[in-house]
Amino acid sequence: MRRNEPYIFLVVLALCVLIEIRSGQFFTANNLTDIASAMIVPGLFAVGAFMVIVSGGIDVSFPALASLTSYATTKYLLDTGYTGGIWLPIVISLALGALLGAFNGIFIGYFSLPALIVTLGTSSVFKGVMQGALNSVQLAVIPPGMREFGTSSLFVATNSISGLTSRMPVAFLALLIVNGLAFLMLRYSYFGRGIYAIGGNETSAVRAGFNTKRGKFFLYVIVGMIASLAGLIRTCMMQQNHPTNMLGMEMNIIAGVVLGGTAIKGGAGSLSGAALGTLLIVIVENSMILLGIPTIWKSVFTGALIIIGTGVSAFQVLRANRITKNRIAWKEMSKA
Amino acid sequence: MAKSLLRAVDIHKSFAGVHALKGVSLEIAAGEIHCLAGENGCGKSTLIKIISGVYQPDSGDIEFDGKILGKITPIDAIMLGIQVIYQDFSVFPNLTVMENLALNTELSQKRKIVSWKRIREIAQTAVKKINFDVDLDAQVSTLSVAQKQMVAISRALMSNARLIIMDEPTTALTKKEVQALFKIILQLKAQGISILFVSHKLNEVFEISERFTIFRNGELVQTGSTADLDSAKFTYYMTGREFGKKNFVPETIGEEPLLEVRDLTLDGYFENVSFTLRAGEIIGVTGLLDSGRSELALSLFGIRPASSGDILLKGKKVSIKNPQDAVRHKIGLVPEDRLSEGLFLPQSIQDNVIISEIDRLTTTLGLFDRAKREKEILRLVSDFAIATPDPRNACQTLSGGNQQRVVLAKWLACNLDVLVLSGPTVGVDIGSKHDIHAILHDLARNGMGIIIISDDLPEVIENCSRVIVLKGGRIVHEMDAQNANEQQILAHMM
Repeated sequence: MRRNEPYIFLVVLALCVLIEIRSGQFFTANNLTDIASAMIVPGLFAVGAFMVIVSGGIDVSFPALASLTSYATTKYLLDTGYTGGIWLPIVISLALGALLGAFNGIFIGYFSLPALIVTLGTSSVFKGVMQGALNSVQLAVIPPGMREFGTSSLFVATNSISGLTSRMPVAFLALLIVNGLAFLMLRYSYFGRGIYAIGGNETSAVRAGFNTKRGKFFLYVIVGMIASLAGLIRTCMMQQNHPTNMLGMEMNIIAGVVLGGTAIKGGAGSLSGAALGTLLIVIVENSMILLGIPTIWKSVFTGALIIIGTGVSAFQVLRANRITKNRIAWKEMSKA
Repeated sequence: MAKSLLRAVDIHKSFAGVHALKGVSLEIAAGEIHCLAGENGCGKSTLIKIISGVYQPDSGDIEFDGKILGKITPIDAIMLGIQVIYQDFSVFPNLTVMENLALNTELSQKRKIVSWKRIREIAQTAVKKINFDVDLDAQVSTLSVAQKQMVAISRALMSNARLIIMDEPTTALTKKEVQALFKIILQLKAQGISILFVSHKLNEVFEISERFTIFRNGELVQTGSTADLDSAKFTYYMTGREFGKKNFVPETIGEEPLLEVRDLTLDGYFENVSFTLRAGEIIGVTGLLDSGRSELALSLFGIRPASSGDILLKGKKVSIKNPQDAVRHKIGLVPEDRLSEGLFLPQSIQDNVIISEIDRLTTTLGLFDRAKREKEILRLVSDFAIATPDPRNACQTLSGGNQQRVVLAKWLACNLDVLVLSGPTVGVDIGSKHDIHAILHDLARNGMGIIIISDDLPEVIENCSRVIVLKGGRIVHEMDAQNANEQQILAHMM
């Protein structure tokens, strides 16, 4: 299985250079900050989606999960007149995310039901609970603590030419922290190695001594928590809670993860690759205007990118396997 | 008598009404190489799973090292020193060799944090045990089958194995690799480790094992010392039938050549292959894995059309660029990989047998002629003795031997002139093997021309009138089967 990162990195670079040539505006401080800012929520979702795909599953419920938890958290805090800082909202979000993630985890981990089907179902359930049971409406006002978090910035970048400024939200730290923790977990803990093992060969994982049911269960709990955090950050950054804003993101996120070299059947892929793939999709979605392409064409380009990207990726894997087969055959022939 | 390491006494096991094991027993001494043989479904996998703790017996005892084991789990079995190497080796193709080697050890020590340095050390210790030279950082998916097996064996030795059970270890190995494996097994024996070796290949039983046990239909048929065993007894114990050894002798050979191949070449695989096949003949083509023999079969059937050269059928040049051409010219192929290329496994047996002659079972409107179809299905199932309670069952419910009969039936429903078979009895039980050969003899006597492409030398010598040996893509020798012997052919092949 070929490592994809160098290729994806080159493509990202090429795209950036192309946009820079066309508009002169890409490598400006404020544009780069905008891109980083736009990466926060998709980047967080991508970490969760990546881990699930590596484990051999697929999760399409995370936007609905995030929408439900962020709506519930915001509404609850509004109704109780909460005026404190961001920490309580984070704690509540994480708790709700863990709960909903556990819902996925029980069916996929303990009942061994196929992940795609389960998450398609829970996606509907989460949406239904939000729009039906909780009667969701757009919340134009959010608790002051969340608003402050959303408007606070690490720094402000100024475009020296146009004078435009962009904020780098504090939330970017969350993206870095989550990626960092995920990396450490996947590389240095047996829970993390277990995810790769399960994705590689679940029967072998059981025979080797992994508690695969428990592993999968906790994976979906963690993914639920990450998605929930992303939903909260989205609300803070938008300064309002729009219940259906994130719905439908799952396909592009998964596409970004796969573009970055994560095998859809599981067991292979790297966090950096997934991040690069997501970055590619984010750049395409955000920078069309700099290429002079109307934003209406955004989905056409994103779609084309996905088709070409996964096609190239699949072709590389095919070639690599053929080369490996021939290499093995040659080795055997020369031994004989 | 040496003290037993493992003694299974009077084991019974049923699954949902099917009595899989009917009071079988097995005994293995320390440092003994023991072969457990039997046809598919005889219960050998079930017994292994009981010994390794995956299943619990309904009644009977397992004694290990003199102590009776009660209820054990797979982890308990591993702690006792019982290691099973399954046919798929239980490896992780997406992880590195060193991770594969070290994972079991790390997990059994209840580790939570990974130390890559420690993993590498464990892996290095593991490969030293059998002097396995491999790149520890390589991804296991890039290894050959034999190397993956070595990984599985090294891993098994990490936890003080006393008994290693190998489930059909030689299925995917080349001859050289089988020899290498046997050397390792002897090394393990020298270290006092017992090996229980599941196999149905007679030559392996003779070559490597000291004692054997044969099951049939869940019962113990015979156990004893390999020295007391011979080919006829083995076949009889395995199948309960006696087979007269009948080498194929062609009855009436057609005057004119049925199939003639002139200077056939497939770039990169074989070149200038020429031979003639007449009606009533069975010729054998043999050679090593890279001799081009498999590709020759594919070229004759149009899957990999030849780059140059001529194929003549009944004297006329024909162009075979794809399988449809081949079928139109009445050539059929029983492929090497019957599971993925010869059958539609999830489909019913009846659909599989009629699929190639489907055009002849329709009415003028193009719909199925029900009566004709039913009659044809019944005829084929009975003519080929396909053992199934219901032809509407899926093909995957059949044993390997019966699946091969379905493939044959499918082709023979088409009134072919030439039938090419590539590795026709690989993975087929002895009973079916004899039956399939008998079917081929009959077909030849009825005027078909048959080409058997195989590396099973006894099969080639017994069933063909002429043998062609390929090496490195060229014909290096051709001889009459009557004058052929294995050593001679092997010498030409290598």
